[in-house]
Amino acid sequence: MALRTGATFLKLNTLRQAIRVLSTHTRPEVSHNGGKADFPGAKAPYVNEMKFLNETSYDPIPIYRVINNNGEIIDNKEDPNIDKDTLLHMYKTMVQLSQMDKILYESQRQGRISFYMTNNGEEGMHVGSAAALSPHDLVFAQYREVGVFLYRGVTVTELVNQCYGNHEDPGKGRQMPVHYGNKHHNLVTISSPLATQMPQAVGAAYALKRQPNNDRCVICYFGDGAASEGDAHAAFNFAATLDCPVILFCRNNGYAISTPTSEQYRGDGIASRGPSMGLNTVRIDGTDPLAVYNAVKQARELTISSNKPVLIEAMSYRVGHHSTSDDSSAYRSLEEIDKWTKDESAMQKFKLYLQRKGLWDEDADKDWTKESRNTVVRTMQEAEKKKKPHWKEMLEDVYYDMPPRIQKQMQQMEKHLNKYKEHYPLNQYQSD
Amino acid sequence: MTSLVTKNSGLFIKLVKNVTNCTKRLSSHFTYFPDDDKPVDGETTKMNMMQAINNAMDLTLKNDPTALLFGEDVAFGGVFRCALGLQEKYGKDRVFNTPLCEQGIAGFGIGLATAGATAIAEIQFADYIFPAFDQIVNEAAKARYRSGGQFDCGGLTIRTPCSAVGHGGLYHSQSPEAFFAHVPGLRVVVPRGPITAKGLLLSCIRERDPCVFLEPKILYRSAAEEVPVEDYTLPLGKAQVLREGDAATLVGWGTQVHVLLEVAQMAADQLGVRCDVIDLQSILPWDEDTVCNSVKKTGRCLVAHEAPLTSGFGAEIAATIQEECFLHLEAPVARVAGWDAPFPHVFEPFYLPDKWRCYQALNDLVNY
Repeated sequence: MALRTGATFLKLNTLRQAIRVLSTHTRPEVSHNGGKADFPGAKAPYVNEMKFLNETSYDPIPIYRVINNNGEIIDNKEDPNIDKDTLLHMYKTMVQLSQMDKILYESQRQGRISFYMTNNGEEGMHVGSAAALSPHDLVFAQYREVGVFLYRGVTVTELVNQCYGNHEDPGKGRQMPVHYGNKHHNLVTISSPLATQMPQAVGAAYALKRQPNNDRCVICYFGDGAASEGDAHAAFNFAATLDCPVILFCRNNGYAISTPTSEQYRGDGIASRGPSMGLNTVRIDGTDPLAVYNAVKQARELTISSNKPVLIEAMSYRVGHHSTSDDSSAYRSLEEIDKWTKDESAMQKFKLYLQRKGLWDEDADKDWTKESRNTVVRTMQEAEKKKKPHWKEMLEDVYYDMPPRIQKQMQQMEKHLNKYKEHYPLNQYQSD
Repeated sequence: MTSLVTKNSGLFIKLVKNVTNCTKRLSSHFTYFPDDDKPVDGETTKMNMMQAINNAMDLTLKNDPTALLFGEDVAFGGVFRCALGLQEKYGKDRVFNTPLCEQGIAGFGIGLATAGATAIAEIQFADYIFPAFDQIVNEAAKARYRSGGQFDCGGLTIRTPCSAVGHGGLYHSQSPEAFFAHVPGLRVVVPRGPITAKGLLLSCIRERDPCVFLEPKILYRSAAEEVPVEDYTLPLGKAQVLREGDAATLVGWGTQVHVLLEVAQMAADQLGVRCDVIDLQSILPWDEDTVCNSVKKTGRCLVAHEAPLTSGFGAEIAATIQEECFLHLEAPVARVAGWDAPFPHVFEPFYLPDKWRCYQALNDLVNY
């Protein structure tokens, strides 16, 4: 019995060897001197020369643009031929945004709101991308994309209410200023932790893809600094491997607070990471609203039809300070800022483009600037008068239903306020 | 020939005995107490905890077309086999592998839930949930609050195997519930066996808040019960009194519940006293009333958990008891926990709050 088993074992082993020999012979293309390799991790040929690759092994990814600094179309076949109303809505949104930035920035300096972040120099990216999207597309923003909110139809009043945290803020005064969100317009509420929205946008895109006859995509905005976060890497990789209809839109404005891009990365910007992770990628001039429009429009069509993600790196310059808590003259020259304010301003370029088309003139510009300014001033005066939400809103929405322990804490605070109300600013808040 | 066979089989038996001894010494610091009470009437079938979890996810995928299950290695059934057969049944777009990246898994799940899907994310071991800590703490837990209720990710449930397994060392043994217990907006749940695992997991999946569901991995195969076949849920935020008495209240969760049930039996046999044994089940929000009512009755309380003592969830329970039951307490609240050290490999038998450490503490408590 044991002998027989032993013999069978021997026989099997011989057979296995024979199979192994045979199998090597059936793959004549596998060679140790050049030829095709068969590793599961990569499809690539063999080479016999040892050579490292680095950032200089490839040409830099070029920057796509449609108009020059004088607002002229460089190549007529790239003219998106956007209708008049859309073009004017785009420009007016840019002006409205810059007026809102100017006045709210000043109001922070006067201590009327606690914090603010401007969008100067980046308005073109906001309206160019927003115009190319459907209002149903879901937006995940970082914080410097307010032009997208305005373009979609969020009013100055709603934005200002958020900055003041009054009772008309849909966020109920819980977050810092500029952390906007609007469910009705498909704008997911902004949060401060950088890049966290990126893998979330990818997940949301996966959910949309599974809906029958899906005609929506997700766009996710992030800065060049946020792209260094681990979540950015996660998002690129998940988007590619899980086939998600998402546009990952990087605003590369040269700085992350005080850190220049030379200290942020050593490769060819953010765009060069795209192809290496299996993303359709393009680099565009972010100061050219028409280039942004063309890129996002095509990205949208591609991503919805193929469920393949797209990475867009829009090059621009952060003209304003990082925030009201930052003085950027501490780490960059005024000449540098000046150049981007005058020669390379998206608003200026776009205005010249509209004027060439005969859609706009200096008088219209003056009038709209004034009207925009008045809207903000009037809205601010109203927002200031509105009371903040009831203090009890502090403990609502933590959970869908309030757990007993939080109910108890609310009662404790109520009791405390009954006794010590004079020490709290209750008159600024709504009451029962 | 015959003698050789006898000798060999003798050796084999010795070997088996040795292995069994080792396993016994290393992985069975508790005796499993199956649930006798059925949460619902109707047909039951014998399932271990892995099968009960699989069953809960199967029911979810069957009845909720937006439900998705994903994580590292879930496509082939998962390293603990909890997702076994689900991809074959529901397709590659509903049960799928992700790249190896925990922050990505959590963020992706939040996004799915934001867009209205039911997301069941698996983190392979609770020890590896920390890369996702930012997404869970700063994002998932605060999504509803910060948006004023406009957006939320209540459709998200993160399942993860936790706690001691006999030989898991530092990174296959942790019980991270206390880290998450400090995060308003999250629900943290730990089952003690197949019946509670199915009912609590189905509750977590349907709950409109994001949930972290911690599965004591040692119970996946060792715990088997008659589990109802039909769909049922168990309430979140509710503890369960498993044994009643008047001498002391023993509070635990997960595997530790079985240690405490045995300690209560030892106390009855050897000390002639009877104890309340409470399975907390929900760590956050937790059932203060059930625990405090019991302590008011018994006047003594012992809390036991595998996680380290300092800032473990036992501290929260002890502080609440002294605040709510001060006039009823006959002895200081006792805490028996893992030591304040990383979870060690060869020292596991000395590290765990086993029945002897709990028994000693209970002895001290009743004789105080």
